[in-house]
Amino acid sequence: MNFSEVFKQSNQLCKVSPDGKYLATCVQYRLVVRDFNSLQIVHLYTCLDPVMHMEWSSDSLFILCAMYKRGLVQVWSLEQPDWHCKIDEGSIGLVSSRWSPDGRHILNTTEFNLRVTVWSLCTKAVSYIKYPKACQKGVDFTADGRYMALAERRECKDYISVFVCDDWHLLRHFESETQDLAGLEWSPNCCVLAVWDNCLEYKILLYSLDGRLLSSYSAYEWSLGIKSVAWSPSSQFLAVGSYDEKVRILNHITWKKITEFEHPATIINTKAVVFKEVEKRPVVGSEDLSIHQLTVDNSLFSTQSKYEITQLPAQVPVIKPDPDRANPKIGISALAFSADNRFLATKNDNMPQSLWVWDMQRLSLLAVLEQTAPVRCFVWDPRRPRLALCTGNTKVYLWSPAGCVSVNVPVEGMDPVSPHSLFQDCPAYSLAVWC
Amino acid sequence: MGDWWTPTMMPDPSLDTKELSSISGISMSPSRQNLHHSLHSTMALPKTSYSVLSAFCTEENISQCIAYINQEVCSLGLTGVSLESKSGSLSAVPVLNLLYEVLQLQRRAQRALHELETQQLKNGSDLEHLQHSNCRLKDQLEHTRRDNSGLHEGERQLQLKIKTLQNWLKSEKEEVQKLQSIISSRATQYNHDTKRKERECTKLKERLNQLLMDKRDKKLCESFQMSYFCILCLHLCSAIEISNHVGRSDGKRGLWKTGKMEARHEGEMYRALLSDYETRQRSLMMENSELKKVLQHMKKDMITILSPKKPCIKTEPANDSLEQAVSEGEEEIGDSSRETLEQSCEQAREQLTNSIRLQWRKLKSHMERLDSQASLVACQEREGEEMMSRKEHEEEMQRMRMELQQCKEFIHMQQQLLQQQLSSPCDEETAALLNDCYTLEEKERLKEEWRLFNEQKRNFEQERKNFTEAAIRLGHERKAFEEDRAAWLKTQFLNMTPFVDRKRPALSEPHSALSVGECP
Repeated sequence: MNFSEVFKQSNQLCKVSPDGKYLATCVQYRLVVRDFNSLQIVHLYTCLDPVMHMEWSSDSLFILCAMYKRGLVQVWSLEQPDWHCKIDEGSIGLVSSRWSPDGRHILNTTEFNLRVTVWSLCTKAVSYIKYPKACQKGVDFTADGRYMALAERRECKDYISVFVCDDWHLLRHFESETQDLAGLEWSPNCCVLAVWDNCLEYKILLYSLDGRLLSSYSAYEWSLGIKSVAWSPSSQFLAVGSYDEKVRILNHITWKKITEFEHPATIINTKAVVFKEVEKRPVVGSEDLSIHQLTVDNSLFSTQSKYEITQLPAQVPVIKPDPDRANPKIGISALAFSADNRFLATKNDNMPQSLWVWDMQRLSLLAVLEQTAPVRCFVWDPRRPRLALCTGNTKVYLWSPAGCVSVNVPVEGMDPVSPHSLFQDCPAYSLAVWC
Repeated sequence: MGDWWTPTMMPDPSLDTKELSSISGISMSPSRQNLHHSLHSTMALPKTSYSVLSAFCTEENISQCIAYINQEVCSLGLTGVSLESKSGSLSAVPVLNLLYEVLQLQRRAQRALHELETQQLKNGSDLEHLQHSNCRLKDQLEHTRRDNSGLHEGERQLQLKIKTLQNWLKSEKEEVQKLQSIISSRATQYNHDTKRKERECTKLKERLNQLLMDKRDKKLCESFQMSYFCILCLHLCSAIEISNHVGRSDGKRGLWKTGKMEARHEGEMYRALLSDYETRQRSLMMENSELKKVLQHMKKDMITILSPKKPCIKTEPANDSLEQAVSEGEEEIGDSSRETLEQSCEQAREQLTNSIRLQWRKLKSHMERLDSQASLVACQEREGEEMMSRKEHEEEMQRMRMELQQCKEFIHMQQQLLQQQLSSPCDEETAALLNDCYTLEEKERLKEEWRLFNEQKRNFEQERKNFTEAAIRLGHERKAFEEDRAAWLKTQFLNMTPFVDRKRPALSEPHSALSVGECP
């Protein structure tokens, strides 16, 4: 594996353009655009305030930089570097800003979720959407960018509005049967909208594009409910992860549960493989501990790690959550399907060092990866069944059905920088790791 | 009995039997010694019997004794003895008879006594045995009673435990229900409170919005007097400042919002939904047809499995089912063609599934039967096989043994010969002689061959010489022949040609002359 040089960025703002040609990073006020292959600086822009959020437009022509403190959004063009655009929300404040799928509209959510303003870069038109709901995931665009679903709350009731992104025409507006809508997500085939309730109630509703309720699913009541939801790329399965440490898979024909995946503390399934990360610290003799050595050669502190296969039955380390605190660290908090629908990766919050990989063809556990530190982030390769994860040390771990490997990310200096998130880029077969 | 006449000095009637036995004891012949011993064993003879005997009958009271004896004997049912009048003495015959009868009686009595005694012993032992068993059974009964009471006690305790557990379970259930009701009531309360707070929040938001709008309007009104362009600079209200508007991403121009547009959007939405449903339906149909095909194949396979070729039908019950299956199979195959026509028909589907189920059941029963048969046959075969294999085994063994023997003999012989060969003889002379013999033999052979060879060589030489001579002769003869020919041709030519005097050209070239002669 080849690594590029390390370059600075702040606030985890480092994004590759959707067409894979450029890499944009933000350092305080500056926006640096580099060519992806050569990493030469192509453009350099300066914003009015430290940038909090940066996003590429879908056609890779524009970049928006949002500065929430000042309520400003600045848009930069790659084709015409001297083109500029500034959106000022004024005293109404700014909480979040995002592109629309066509790359020509910007949706700003104002403070206190008073409204969502849709600014157009093509026309002078401004649209306002009132009463947006402040929740985990209140806005979602369809994969083809045609429709947008927005959760609203009026008079203590949840509503869902479906807009046509073309001209922001309100297509449908219907009441949702949730108590307190926590999130919504379109299916990849753009025809079904999954809407789930607050964690106080386990309820997931499935609405069709035209607002009809197709089905509703509730596994149990009273206990804490849904924590995370993920669609499979073929829209065949809907994976629902909940606080009871189980993932329930619903099928798209009957919208009923076909199976549930449990995350027990003892794995006795004989077909699963348990990979355990084992660290080896290099043994150091006292004569090597010179200052020169310490400053120059950081391999002293770097640890080699490799995976070992543990014999079944295997114990998974469990951390009991504090029962008195809200949002307890228990339950399935992250789900991700592989691009070919064959695998599902899940993370259970009270087993933070383990990552579970399930085979969707056999609907059974395939592998468990046990790391030495809590797993921070994992992401699937958009082309092949390969999973990359990081745990906050200087390594990136890769899993594929053939096996597991841990890769050291070379970083200068003594401090081990920790990768916080990963991004897999489709055309370039590369992985951007930022710390 | 017998007390109506008691002679003087009559001994006790209870001692009668003892007296009689003592009498018998006195006049016993040696052949009856054993009987006497047995009698002795049964009865203890008092030593005083002899003296008593003398007291019973004396010379004086013979008739009285006889009368008494007659009395006694009559009471026993025997014939008495009579006193002969002539000499006042008893005739021996009736007395002996009487004695004999009495002895018989006595023997019978003894036997009866013996039997009774044995019976008594048996009864005694039986009684003992019964007593023992009685004791044992009593103990057992006691023991079981104790166990029973213990078990009862245990059962009672368990029942108590069950009751307590059930009570506990009931109380837990009640508690759970109570908690659930508490939770639900609290949930409703929280919901209510949340709604209230939410309403407050919305009111605040509305107010805030209004205030901001008012502020903006005020500022706008104020700044409207100012230059138009400065509106964009005010940062109190939200505004966009853009150097130039960008074209749309798809390059088209924006359209006005009209009813037609709305209808178009609706149409597009429904089209998207419909296409999704259609693709889904298509894939489901395909899957369905695939599964149906698989089921039909399975059915056909099952039919063929259940109806094998006729000769290898095993048992009667299997036969019936097979025939049935065959007939049904034919029916089924006929059906399947119909089925393919009406694929989506409800009845066809049901028919297919029902027929599959039927076939499967038949196959299962067939397999079970085969399994049982196979196990039976396997048991039988195992025994038969053993015997068979043993016989074969034996034969094989015999054959191998013989072979082994033969080989051994052969090897032995070889070894002997080899030994003879290798073992050096006692004297070296014989060895040398032997060697000489061998070499001599070889020499002779070689000589013979040499001789032959030489002979052949000579013959060959001779022939070669003859050949050469013959060749020389042949050469000479040829030459002579050629000369003769030439002369003959010359004469011929000379005779043929008209020019008789021209002899010279014909001589030099007889050949060419001939050829000239032929073509005039």
